[in-house]
Amino acid sequence: MKSWLDVAADVRRSVTLKKSRRSIYTRAGAWHDAPSIGQEAASVGSIATLRPEDLIIHHHRGHAIHTIAKGANLTTMMAEFLGKEPGYCRGRGGSMHIADIPGGNLGATGVVGGGIPTAVGIALALQMRRSDRILLSYFGDGATNEGEFHESLNMASTWKLPVVFLCDNNQYGMSMNVSKVMNIAHISERAASYGIPGQSVDGNDVLAVYEAVLAADERARSGQGPSLIDLMSYRWRGHSKSDRNLYRTPQEIDEWKHKCPIRRFKQVLVDGGVMTRDEVEDIDQAAKTAIDRAAEEALTFPEPSPENMEAEVYAP
Amino acid sequence: MAEITLIEAVTQAMAYEMRRDPSVIVLGEDVGVNGGVFRATAGLHAQFGSERVLDTPLDETTIAGLAVGMAFQGMKPIAESQFDGFIYPMMDHIICHAARMRSRTRGRLHCPMVLRAPCGGGIRAPEHHSEAPEALFAHIPGLRVVIPSSPARAYGLLLAAIRDPDPVIFFEPKRIYRQYKEEVPDDGEALPLDVCFVLRDGHDVTLVTWGAHVKETLEAAEQLAERGVSAEVIDLATIKPIDFDTIRESVKKTGRCVIVHEAARTAGIGAEIAAQLAEKSMFDLVAPVERVTGYDVPIPLFRLEMKYLPSVERIIAAVDRTLAYR
Repeated sequence: MKSWLDVAADVRRSVTLKKSRRSIYTRAGAWHDAPSIGQEAASVGSIATLRPEDLIIHHHRGHAIHTIAKGANLTTMMAEFLGKEPGYCRGRGGSMHIADIPGGNLGATGVVGGGIPTAVGIALALQMRRSDRILLSYFGDGATNEGEFHESLNMASTWKLPVVFLCDNNQYGMSMNVSKVMNIAHISERAASYGIPGQSVDGNDVLAVYEAVLAADERARSGQGPSLIDLMSYRWRGHSKSDRNLYRTPQEIDEWKHKCPIRRFKQVLVDGGVMTRDEVEDIDQAAKTAIDRAAEEALTFPEPSPENMEAEVYAP
Repeated sequence: MAEITLIEAVTQAMAYEMRRDPSVIVLGEDVGVNGGVFRATAGLHAQFGSERVLDTPLDETTIAGLAVGMAFQGMKPIAESQFDGFIYPMMDHIICHAARMRSRTRGRLHCPMVLRAPCGGGIRAPEHHSEAPEALFAHIPGLRVVIPSSPARAYGLLLAAIRDPDPVIFFEPKRIYRQYKEEVPDDGEALPLDVCFVLRDGHDVTLVTWGAHVKETLEAAEQLAERGVSAEVIDLATIKPIDFDTIRESVKKTGRCVIVHEAARTAGIGAEIAAQLAEKSMFDLVAPVERVTGYDVPIPLFRLEMKYLPSVERIIAAVDRTLAYR
């Protein structure tokens, strides 16, 4: 089990995630933004279990929550979101396809479920190379209805690959509530089809996420194969900024805001005597400052050049 | 030196590269002990074992996705699609991930994979076993599309495809898998990608084709020669990117061009070649560009199949139409 102090460091990351969702997109003219406010504990708690050399592959809503949690440089990340040349992918990946290769973040994908087969391929390569690294494969609740989810879990479980499948379950595939599109109570029940452990966890409890994922990591690392963990949470904002939330009530959203994973963890830290209230709020302020600074700096960076638009389509 | 068929040349190239480079992995449905539906991987399992010749579940989408993930980790997967008509579920991963990863990350990730598939009609099989989908892939920036037309070119081009740092769709014309044998030294010498092969010199008309139809096109050229018409025959070989320089040079000399392909006519590769000639070789042409292609229908069953595929007679008729212009 992780020490309290280790975990306390993670609160900084959680808060930073939340602060990163300010109005930066509107200011910079970037169109797309799939927000993840309210889901911070799932990514922070799970990525905190990894060794630095371990890998992640994530989804369209993971541009901030997984990227920051995996240790991205905030300025380079902001530059990528804004399509600027110094960004992680030199402004060609954007928020939807950000990847920090040296940091072990092998990227997000805009295709729902599209990263899962890639993750299985990466895990297969790790197994063939007798590596002791593992991979966390993230996807949303909607992706578990895609054929690739089933194909991938079938292969990974058959071959006992070093991967952990993590469902960032925010309860909605765009407008569709998960209960209306599957005939089971919990996504983790699907693990039974592949003969692997499945567990549904309170995804707003960073410590519960940590504990569950750490056990699955150990299973994957020791050659026993994958697990499926359903990290149950909620997205406060719409699917994207054009979403008018016609499919859910303001009351429902408010109820979940009261379950804020960050506020909840701050309270745990204060109640447990790990930090004082002032120390916790200092972290909050420092995160806000760091994000503001990163965004301001990224806005000053050079634009990508149309002259080299055709470069890097094929090897030079 | 033994003479081998085109499909044996495919096997020989994979075996050579698997011996040379431990990161080369073959994967697909029934590729292991069974040696593949056409026997392209015959003997590889015995030589290299279950880990490097990987039998997958029946699962095209994720076979392509697996190859992408393995390539991201520096391996060189050669994935097999059992038939041309089973390649469509793979396209999501090929288009959205394999083709775009280099551009999306500005070279920080790339995808050195090969997707092999038999292609084309003429074996009296149902439609899903007889398709020519090369234009679908050629439209995609970031992909290479290669189709060999002889055992030697299958060997040399497949070696080049495996060694290429970007994804290559390698279509093998199944109609000529075992049509004839030739000497193919197992020397590991790759042929260049992105260039055409001029198979026959001529000065009256340029015939451009690829894959199985190289045979009919060469036959047509032979018959034309008996009538005193000198046809240059170009095997496109790399369908994307196309080596237009060689085609334009030839047309500068001949003034006429007939493109032969078995895929459906509309938006086929012939249309792209014709468009390029219209843009850049307009004043070298003395006759309109002709296309001899499949028709805009799903490839018919075996009783009509040979009516669908371009024949020697149709090629000669098209050449004659261009010769009417002086």
